[in-house]
Amino acid sequence: MKRLFPHPYLSLTLIALWFLLVNQLKIGSLVMAIILGTVIPLVTAAWWPNRPRVRHPFRLAAYVILVLWDVIVANFQVARIVLFMPRDRIRSNWVTIPLDLTSPEAISLLAGTITMTPGTVTSDISACGRALLVHSLHAPDPGAVRDEIKSRYEARLKRIFE
Amino acid sequence: MTFALALDLFLSAILIGGGLFALVGSYGLLRLPRPMQRLHAPTKATTVGVGAALVVSALDLAGQGQVSWQEGLITLFLLLTAPISALFLAKTLILRGEADPNLPDPGTGQPWATLAEERPDP
Repeated sequence: MKRLFPHPYLSLTLIALWFLLVNQLKIGSLVMAIILGTVIPLVTAAWWPNRPRVRHPFRLAAYVILVLWDVIVANFQVARIVLFMPRDRIRSNWVTIPLDLTSPEAISLLAGTITMTPGTVTSDISACGRALLVHSLHAPDPGAVRDEIKSRYEARLKRIFE
Repeated sequence: MTFALALDLFLSAILIGGGLFALVGSYGLLRLPRPMQRLHAPTKATTVGVGAALVVSALDLAGQGQVSWQEGLITLFLLLTAPISALFLAKTLILRGEADPNLPDPGTGQPWATLAEERPDP
């Protein structure tokens, strides 16, 4: 059973996703969903050696809502900078974020969050995977950007995953 | 004023707002001077533009008594893929030396992955 379904949650997610895609409940869709839910985890198992552990799924849901809210706020901030700030007053800066997270899934999620939220884009990771390179559109004080990312997002992800 | 008309007006307002954000995203691409800065405008302003269109699509169907989950799926795929394309654009800029110079030190004793000596063959 474990060999046929190395990632049971991934299989269930794929089955649910297939039903959302076809948007109707039919027995044929169920057969297709089960085929996909079996084959895709098997084919991609080499890249998922360990099962990602989500310790607090409800906190993860709360995190997603927080990020969606921040994405909306981010849009207003970036729009204001793009429209009204004189070009020579935009202080773009690189910011290094030292990582306390170790799980690859958590780091990917943090990197994605940074890209989607206020004026920051994840640009690279250090070769050892313990620091992220972030480009900030307007950051007169790079240290404040680093502290906010660490306290607002990384601390929450650490509680969810580790 | 009927409920249907009020809903239509409300949805139109969201659509126009979303369209304005998408426009700002494209305008940012023109106005910002440096390549790394230009990366910011489309990764964000367009998310709300597309997001607004999706919310309107779902609510409009809901107003006609139908439930559609596909808008939720599109949102999910958008949130999963947008950061990846932005990351690869940034890595390309860094590798080609077109990003802002003077990258900070990673502080871990190892270089940034894009500039590390041992890269797998492309």
